[in-house]
Amino acid sequence: MALLEIQGVTRRFADFTAVDNVSLQIEAGEFFTLLGPSGCGKTTLLRMIAGFDLPDSGRVLLEGEDLADRPPEARPVRTVFQSYALFPHMTVEGNVAFPLQMAHTPATVISAKIADALEDVRLSGFGKRYPHELSGGQKQRVAIARALVTRPTVLLLDEPLAALDAKLREDMQLELINLQKEVGITFVYVTHDQTEALALSHRIAVMNKGHVEQLDEPSRIYGFPRTRFVAGFIGHCNLLTGPVSANAGGIVSIDVAGLGPVRVAATTAIAAGRSGIVALRPEKIRIEAAAPAGTPDNHYRGTVSDLLYMGDVTVYIVDTPGGQKIEALLANSATGRAKFFEVGDTVEMSWPVASGHFIEE
Amino acid sequence: MPARASGRLGKSLVSGPPLAYLLIFFAIPTLIMVLASFRTPGEFGGLAPLVDENGKFDVNLESYSRFFTEPVYAEVFVKSVWYALFTTLACLALAYPLAALIAKSSRKYRDLLLLLVILPFWSNFLIRVYAWMIILGPQAALARAVNGMLAAFGHEPVPLLFSSFAVLVCLVYVHLPFMVLPLYANLEKHDQALLDAAQDLGAHAWQRFWRITFPLSLPGVYAGAALVFIPALGIFAIPDILGGPNDSLIGNLIKQQFLETRDWPFGSVLSIVLTVAALALAALAAWIGRRGAGGGSFDRA
Repeated sequence: MALLEIQGVTRRFADFTAVDNVSLQIEAGEFFTLLGPSGCGKTTLLRMIAGFDLPDSGRVLLEGEDLADRPPEARPVRTVFQSYALFPHMTVEGNVAFPLQMAHTPATVISAKIADALEDVRLSGFGKRYPHELSGGQKQRVAIARALVTRPTVLLLDEPLAALDAKLREDMQLELINLQKEVGITFVYVTHDQTEALALSHRIAVMNKGHVEQLDEPSRIYGFPRTRFVAGFIGHCNLLTGPVSANAGGIVSIDVAGLGPVRVAATTAIAAGRSGIVALRPEKIRIEAAAPAGTPDNHYRGTVSDLLYMGDVTVYIVDTPGGQKIEALLANSATGRAKFFEVGDTVEMSWPVASGHFIEE
Repeated sequence: MPARASGRLGKSLVSGPPLAYLLIFFAIPTLIMVLASFRTPGEFGGLAPLVDENGKFDVNLESYSRFFTEPVYAEVFVKSVWYALFTTLACLALAYPLAALIAKSSRKYRDLLLLLVILPFWSNFLIRVYAWMIILGPQAALARAVNGMLAAFGHEPVPLLFSSFAVLVCLVYVHLPFMVLPLYANLEKHDQALLDAAQDLGAHAWQRFWRITFPLSLPGVYAGAALVFIPALGIFAIPDILGGPNDSLIGNLIKQQFLETRDWPFGSVLSIVLTVAALALAALAAWIGRRGAGGGSFDRA
């Protein structure tokens, strides 16, 4: 039995369906992420798990028990809010003690538990400070310590790192992973940031318009997106669309306007004439100045029309003579120079059939 | 002109007029009052000449010693403090739920409700006080209902008007908006996320109120309390109009000294004591407030 089970949950607001018949099973000890753009229903789903909102239909089960009749204060579920929501009139200790006091923990144990919780988030010695005396990252840690101190069954995190700057966010990601391993509590994490989701999660549910588009491990979400939405939302992706011209021997060919036939490895029964997409990550494309040796599966010529120099890598936008734009990415480490090509250079692009990923439409 | 000098000029142009206003109409009269408190009352009111017939300066502590030796004045003073305190607490009890309701209501109704709170200010203060004479008068429905009930239980009828009851009811009525507005201004800014967090961490509605909402609203409570307590302490019109013979408060006493007894020095002493008492109580409240906010211990309920 899964620890947390979402069964056919739907939630409507006036004429808008925020969550549309979503079913999920989250296992004990899992770092589970709900990923999607704003308005996809991920926060509404989280609020229904916390108890701040109730499903119009469907059930939320925790350890097999329907939570419908339990208000938020009676659920063994804690939330880390995006705004931290620390109580400004209480010290760090006061904030962390709050849930213990609500649970009528004996005063003699409270001090020790506070000390443990603050140590978990590496904030020992900050107990007497007030929230306004803390940095953003420290506030975030207090919010996490406060939510974890009563050892809930599930910890919900609502975009907890969104307000932090990039460097700090990366540090906190590592800390969250370690913390989750250490305490072994199930984390349900909501974010719109796909790199964060990929870095942190055991499994990701990609949501769009109230539906779960794909539920998978990060590497499968990234490498094998099941829908056009997932491919476009997770990372950068060239979505080459066109009618299927052939499907034989595990190789599908589609005719892409402005590019020509593109071949991709796929085991599908799709018939010729139907529309399909080849999702191709920019880093999977080889670009070279001279024509590649041998006869690669896919090979096209184009002109660099734009480039983004990012330090470690350079992103090249290559225009084909037919007018198709392809995004390719090249690590700068492979050369002594800053980058390989300049705008206006003619380049040869190639990739094997296994590099693309076929999506039926 | 250098930028810094022009900035200074701008600042003094902006802050000058209000400072001058306060100096002329508050600081100087207060100083005159302090000086008058050490003088002797004139034969026909006002002040006796500063230099008497014998060419000696006539400066003394007579009026002060009178206040501190004759207990009747201290009694009126203590009574005034009690009346003001009751008014403040009653206003707080009535205003808090009202302010919370307005702060929680949708934007559409909020302005309307606030308008209703300040609506009484559109009519004259004295007219509103006189209106209570009619409401509480012996022929009015309220008095007849109360006395009818008392008669049914075999009690003597009681007058509602010209009583401490009338004074207190009107004191609360008049000062209520001064409590509602600062409380509303405070409660309206409260972050719903804090209450959500408290609930998520296991707090019931009542615990959420006492542990989160109320402590965070204390600045509003203090502001409202000051706005109610200080004017209620010095009020004279309401006891004059609605009170009985025993409802004379410190404000009535001061007014009496200046307008009827024409003992300016003693009136000044009473005014000074009132001002000092109000300031002392405000300082005490601020001190308690600071101590409460900075307590810091996690096991504070």
